[in-house]
Amino acid sequence: MKLVYWMYAGPAHIGTLRVASSFKNVHAIMHAPLGDDYFNVMRSMLERERDFTPVTASIVDRHVLTRGSQDKVVDNITRKDKEERPNLIILTPTCTSSILQEDLQNFVDRASIISDSDVILADVNHYRVNELQAADKTLEQVVRYYLGKARRRRTLDQSITDVPSANIIGISTLGFHNQHDFRELKRLLQDLGIKINQVIPEGSFVEDLENLPKAWFNFVPYREIGLMTAVYLEKEFGIPYVSVTPMGVVDTAKCIRQIQKHINNLAVVALEETVDYEPYVYQQTQFVSQAIWFSKSIDCQNLKKKKAVIFGDATHAASMTKILNREMGIRVSCAGTYCKHDKEWFNEQVHNFCDEVLITDDHAEVANKVARIEPSAIFGTQMERHIGKRLNIPCGVVSAPVHIQNFPLGYRPFSGYEGTNQIADSVYNSFIPGMEDHFIDLFGGHDTKEVIMKSLCTEKGVIWDPESQLELSKIPSFMRSKIKRKIDKFAVHNGFTKINIKIMYAALICL
Amino acid sequence: MAVEISETLTFECETGNYHTFCPISCVAWLYQKIEDSFFLVVGTKTCGYFSQNSLGVMIFAEPRYAMAELEEGDIPAQLNDYGESKRLCIQIIKNRNPSVIIWIGTCTTEIIKMDLEGIAPKLEAEIGVPIVVARANGLDYAFTQGEDTVLAAVTHRCPERKSSVGGQNQPVQDEELQEFFSFLPPNDENVKKTVVGSQKNPPLVLFGSLPSAVAHQPSSELKRQSIQISGWIPTERYNNLPSLGDEVYVCGVNPFLSRTATSLMRRRKCQLIGAPFPIGPDGTRAWIEKICSVFGIEAQGLEKREKKVWDSLENYLDQVRGKSVFFMGDNPLEISLARFLIRCGMTVYEIGIPYMDKRYQAAELYFLQNTCRDMRIPMPRIVEKPDNYNQLQRMYELQPDLVFTGMAHANPLQARGINTRWSIEFTFAQIHGFTNAKEILKLIIRPLKDNNDFKNFDWTNLVRKDNNSLN
Repeated sequence: MKLVYWMYAGPAHIGTLRVASSFKNVHAIMHAPLGDDYFNVMRSMLERERDFTPVTASIVDRHVLTRGSQDKVVDNITRKDKEERPNLIILTPTCTSSILQEDLQNFVDRASIISDSDVILADVNHYRVNELQAADKTLEQVVRYYLGKARRRRTLDQSITDVPSANIIGISTLGFHNQHDFRELKRLLQDLGIKINQVIPEGSFVEDLENLPKAWFNFVPYREIGLMTAVYLEKEFGIPYVSVTPMGVVDTAKCIRQIQKHINNLAVVALEETVDYEPYVYQQTQFVSQAIWFSKSIDCQNLKKKKAVIFGDATHAASMTKILNREMGIRVSCAGTYCKHDKEWFNEQVHNFCDEVLITDDHAEVANKVARIEPSAIFGTQMERHIGKRLNIPCGVVSAPVHIQNFPLGYRPFSGYEGTNQIADSVYNSFIPGMEDHFIDLFGGHDTKEVIMKSLCTEKGVIWDPESQLELSKIPSFMRSKIKRKIDKFAVHNGFTKINIKIMYAALICL
Repeated sequence: MAVEISETLTFECETGNYHTFCPISCVAWLYQKIEDSFFLVVGTKTCGYFSQNSLGVMIFAEPRYAMAELEEGDIPAQLNDYGESKRLCIQIIKNRNPSVIIWIGTCTTEIIKMDLEGIAPKLEAEIGVPIVVARANGLDYAFTQGEDTVLAAVTHRCPERKSSVGGQNQPVQDEELQEFFSFLPPNDENVKKTVVGSQKNPPLVLFGSLPSAVAHQPSSELKRQSIQISGWIPTERYNNLPSLGDEVYVCGVNPFLSRTATSLMRRRKCQLIGAPFPIGPDGTRAWIEKICSVFGIEAQGLEKREKKVWDSLENYLDQVRGKSVFFMGDNPLEISLARFLIRCGMTVYEIGIPYMDKRYQAAELYFLQNTCRDMRIPMPRIVEKPDNYNQLQRMYELQPDLVFTGMAHANPLQARGINTRWSIEFTFAQIHGFTNAKEILKLIIRPLKDNNDFKNFDWTNLVRKDNNSLN
């Protein structure tokens, strides 16, 4: 047993469902008790989905437990087969129902005899892997299934496309700014004259998966989801892959150069010519991305040598660390990730760019680290944003776990050249909380919160009566905590244990 | 008007695939209600991820609940359950020092047959902090029923009321009164007793978790009828739980508390007052009247009071009359809400409900039936454990003006031109008592009104028209 207050990565079935519901016309059946199907809520609310989430919970209740769930699961699979006519039905248990140790493969075998859809069981150990690993695994499983099927049917066409082409692997629902990144990556590849062969899983049909081997190379923008599939495709079909995340001008250039290398390997034969992306990289870096100019500008000069703490999934945390340190000259005091399963890679990526590395999935450890370092800004997940709020340190959100705020309607990519601008903005805005906020507060704007009477290190013994608390709340928030501290000090110094409005004014006069 | 009025209520049980929240979600409001508690949910990552996401509950500064996450090793071996629970509880006591630790059992603890009830008393004796065990699992319960399991467990911890011939010596645990006398030094018991002891009616304990601002209302309404409440379950302080015994009358304020009611009757020998629930002015009046009648008190001025509330609602009622409603079923408040809406002049097509105890809800069901008859509105069909897919087909056919739905279906229904309101809002909004009827109607009117205003906000009417006007 482990005492847990909060977790960064979700449970395994969330990953499986993210992949399943990213595909088009794929339905997932969750074999789970009532209430385990909140994935539907998350997807519907966060992604503001117009369509019903294609996930149905086949509910395990007391009744089902005593009778065995085979009939119910098989019934639900065949029912969805008739109602929705999906191409594929994926069955997944949750942590809870996987303990029942039922032979779910047998359920699936039975159901696939009766239904027109393909039926598979998500092959994931719910106690050993998290959301990200499960998503990675499920995607690989689906790809493997359909390529195997095509091979058996002898419909697999392994000839590559006439022009250079790529598969983008790992864009999925509920991913951190995935839709925006996808648009940016699509543009990037188009600019390079590379045709997009397939994008999986988001928006693709499983029937089209057999076309995957036609691509010249695979492109995996995020390590968390897609790497297993890319490795499988390399091993089975010899398709090379690029897994350098194109975040920041340096890594975007590195990514494009790798792409160039893979393309030229084939282009020499297929096109009898080679490509040279250097002019493109130069032009984009110098003129499209404002990031290099930003780091030379006076705005960024003011940020140099300031301390930052970075925490997030492996991909985003590593990229941000490199960008802040290498491209902006900001000192990264600590870089960390909750992707414990990827710690060797993460270490290797960031150890030259930060003072220390933190690998943990315990948010309290991150909070303590931040409190100790007292950085000028944090770049992390929603949890670090909360930590920052408590410590009054600004925080830019750069990584999942996702929140409704990470699904802006506007265009906010983190990848590619437009992404570098977006990141520069985010960095600047995080370090310098704009004066605008203060003005909103001054004019009694949206700051209706109660005054937080507790701070992380409370000065003990001083109580504020309600009236003085009310008065305190009238002070604009950006000065409030400072003034409160001073009044507290005044009270302690003069031996008052309770602060009323008189003492408050006395203190204010003495300030 | 040739409306066919069915005379009796019809119940169906679809036992379908329906979506609602997990009962462990009750932690979200109960930990705030019971201020000195700590809730420990014993379950898996799935449970933890649910509570952190679905309810938007993030752990801020000082969490008073946590997960005891079962790991792979915990599943087969029951050997370590005691030691592990002890380790965690000691850690919690050290960090948070709660007056009570409430263990929330989940589906997982049910399936692996973890003996929480067996471990708790031993551990409690060892560590000296009460441990209450509630099995808020999704195998047996839905959403708000989680509260039911916790309150049912808490009833066992209420002190025994000493059978009192005089009846006056019992310290009355009216929190409000205690608060009122809080300016007195703690040893000045005499003053308190004389005032508090003036109670005439038999002890009455209300059960159900309401925000303090709302809980005040039924108390003061009853006080108008000179009925004193001797306590609430739950209380803000665990140690202030009211005493129970065979002289104590109990009455629920929420329709999903059937287990608590049963436990109060069977185990604590209390006398249950079966009333409709104090939701809407009609329900509130019926609820008070029922309590008065049990105590042989003639209710004073309720009719006038109810009428006054209805009059004040007139503006709102104009906007809802004749509109139709469909409940997909989520938080077991459906029957009471439907009854109130029918009284407002709305038509209810279907009341989906995850679970219904017909005995505990008997008075409410009867009231619903009468309301339908009075308003000459067909009886709604009540569907237990509905099938969401089938409901969608029925909805497409009936085209209700408003659908109460869980969060998973709201956006897709909106996209299909069907107005929705999240049912979960009624779980958290203040809907009990006379004056809060307005809050319910406000929640309902917003989608009806706003979406009417925005009905024409689409391509054909706004954007294309604008283009034409330029030509």
